[in-house]
Amino acid sequence: MVAQFVRLKLRLMANGFRRSAWQTIAFLLGLLYGVGIVGLVVVGTIVLGSSDPVMAGAITVLVGAVVVLGWWVVPLFAFGVDATLDPQRFVLFGIPQRRLLAGLAAAGVVSIPGIVTAVSALGVSFAWWRTPLAVLAALVGAVLAVSLCVVGSRATTTALAPLLESRRYREVVTVAAFVPLVLIGPAFAGLMSGLDGVDGDGARAAVVGLGDVVAWTPFGAPWGLGAAVHDGAWGLALARLVVSLATLGVGWVVWDRALRRALVTPPTAGAGGRAKGLGFFSRFPATPTGAVAARTATYWLRDPRYSGSIAVIPLLPVVLLVLGGGPGSEVFLVLAPVTAWMLGFAISADVAYDHTAFALHVSTGVDGRADRWGRVLPVLVAGVPVTIAFAIASVWVAGRWDALPAELGLTLGTLLVSLGVSSAASARLVYPVPKPGDSPFKQPQGAGMAVMVSQSAALAIMFALTLPVLVLGVLAIVLPSAVLGWVTLVVGLGLGAVVLVLGARWGARVYDRRSPELLQRIVSFA
Amino acid sequence: MVEPTPAPQSPAVDSPSAPPDPRAALSLRGLWKRFGEKTAVAGIDLDVPAGSFYGLVGPNGAGKTTTLSMATGLLRPDHGTAHVHGTDLWADPVAGKARLGVLPDGVRLFDRLTGAQLITYAGLLRGMDRDTVAERTTDLLAALDLTADADTFVVDYSAGMTKKIALATALIHAPRTLVLDEPFEAVDPVSAANIRDILADYVRSGGTVVVSSHVMDLVQRMCDHVAVVAGGHLLAAGTIDEVRGGASLEDRFVELVGGRQSTEGLAWLRSS
Repeated sequence: MVAQFVRLKLRLMANGFRRSAWQTIAFLLGLLYGVGIVGLVVVGTIVLGSSDPVMAGAITVLVGAVVVLGWWVVPLFAFGVDATLDPQRFVLFGIPQRRLLAGLAAAGVVSIPGIVTAVSALGVSFAWWRTPLAVLAALVGAVLAVSLCVVGSRATTTALAPLLESRRYREVVTVAAFVPLVLIGPAFAGLMSGLDGVDGDGARAAVVGLGDVVAWTPFGAPWGLGAAVHDGAWGLALARLVVSLATLGVGWVVWDRALRRALVTPPTAGAGGRAKGLGFFSRFPATPTGAVAARTATYWLRDPRYSGSIAVIPLLPVVLLVLGGGPGSEVFLVLAPVTAWMLGFAISADVAYDHTAFALHVSTGVDGRADRWGRVLPVLVAGVPVTIAFAIASVWVAGRWDALPAELGLTLGTLLVSLGVSSAASARLVYPVPKPGDSPFKQPQGAGMAVMVSQSAALAIMFALTLPVLVLGVLAIVLPSAVLGWVTLVVGLGLGAVVLVLGARWGARVYDRRSPELLQRIVSFA
Repeated sequence: MVEPTPAPQSPAVDSPSAPPDPRAALSLRGLWKRFGEKTAVAGIDLDVPAGSFYGLVGPNGAGKTTTLSMATGLLRPDHGTAHVHGTDLWADPVAGKARLGVLPDGVRLFDRLTGAQLITYAGLLRGMDRDTVAERTTDLLAALDLTADADTFVVDYSAGMTKKIALATALIHAPRTLVLDEPFEAVDPVSAANIRDILADYVRSGGTVVVSSHVMDLVQRMCDHVAVVAGGHLLAAGTIDEVRGGASLEDRFVELVGGRQSTEGLAWLRSS
């Protein structure tokens, strides 16, 4: 059964290549990147392990723990979990749950991140090549660690998906999931102050000490097996093995339970809500642009895929406060521009989010200008006051009222530029996104690299276009220079307005020319 | 008139067929569409006379949806033209689309809107004014028996209700021609009868309706013209009586399309 699942996964990947050359190119790039990382990690650890096995052990534990944590937490916020083998599709086959899980877990390793993690974990074990028994223990640990990554990520996403889909709980869960991230701040600050004024040996001691602690956590334990055996600490090795196995067991049970429940209660859009009247449609102008804006605004409020993309914004101040070590820190000035960027980037896949409902825009022949501006305006109208408020709040917390013009220039410039780039991008780049009603955390079949490449392209362009404002703003704040601050404000608004207008205009032209092709691209993902 | 067209092997570069008929509601010439290796539609010529109730029938995968998508501006043909009341749809999509009401098959709706919002949205996208949209939305909801669910989100509608609300979005701007892809799928018999009445009324008042279906009985009772499509080719087209030539439409369809299995197969499926 496990072999069948792995074969199915490989077959689906291969079929993906047949559908699109781009996907093949993206996969090869990803593979190349992956091989690079694996090579660096493995060679680096083996070299270090030959000279300083204790340090190598500590670093393996620390980096490994971050990797496991990443597998568990990242899918909840970004990228989602690879749903190529969606358990929902196996419901009717009557496969025993235990075999289904084993198959899904094995198939979960068959992906670029999975393979990179697995090969790196196994390769790192050879840091103890001088002690064959330690290598053996480390290999066992590596297998455990990879299983922990896959099973843990499935457990967290499957267990939290129903909660994250209902709006009432989403905020709560997001906050809960943020706790570890928030803790990184103090830990980091503590580490830094611990290292402060310490020479190389002190730093080494600190890292080894931290490694010892982390090796007791569920994330670090499997990575510490090899080190413990190398030191001849058999009791310690046993303890780490027990922690790893227990974590794996718990993850397995959670996944099992959550999946059992998810399979008989497929995601629904919540209990039949009703709205009163026409909502935004009666308040916005009765024009095609107004209609698109009303629809977009309604979706921002009602579609978890949109609200999910901005759900973290209320938490940003908290994270920044902790990271920056309390009020008075200039780190806080990052808040407003980052929020502006998130708002602008959120509509970069807008047409893909419409999914095939976009056919209505094509069949009604709505013109590109109405489509583009209708999608931008709600974000602009809501985003400008919000980001201005954030900018004022952040200079207040940072105690830098002198930086207000620069901060405003940075913020509004980022908002306008990212909206402009998004307007152009969403008319040109369509990639598979979670379907309407699906979990926002479920990455659609065969998306993976295509999504990353498209998003990276849009992000790179955004960054390049924001760069002038960014440089001016940072200079104005750091120097500090009041004149540069006002220049930032003027350049930010000017450049932003130009990029937005040009982006929307270019997007509209592309849309008018290619809307049927855009629809067919979406249909081909369906 | 029955004219079984021979299967052309390659796209006709310069269409040998007659020029598009400017009086026809829809006039398709040499429509051709390939998806990778597969040719979905291989040179379809079809005139839908204005004021007709036209049925498009064919087996699964015949190219009905592809043909209708190319005739309504949703899918750009590789070759060929589609004229709507004399306007070349692909040369002037705005004017062409304004005369068409489209119910595509197998696409989603903006289902986070309520039924009333969705109809309003379609009306406003067409550039209609607010009062007319409001008035017609109320009428459409009543005619399609959806008034009670006007404020329910479309995502919570049943399959049949979803079909009906999609039909309403195609009707709101009172188009001259309606192109409906599988309009009766999943619709209950009472609603189907209501929809048939609405469509028949519309045809009587001078509108043109094109429906695709694979329910022959329905097409025979409802439509005055029919075209049979299979394997991307037009096998027959004309009035119902011309096409069926005395037999029932279903028998004639099977005769044209072929592919009936003898009843030997699947012996293992017999339960006793």
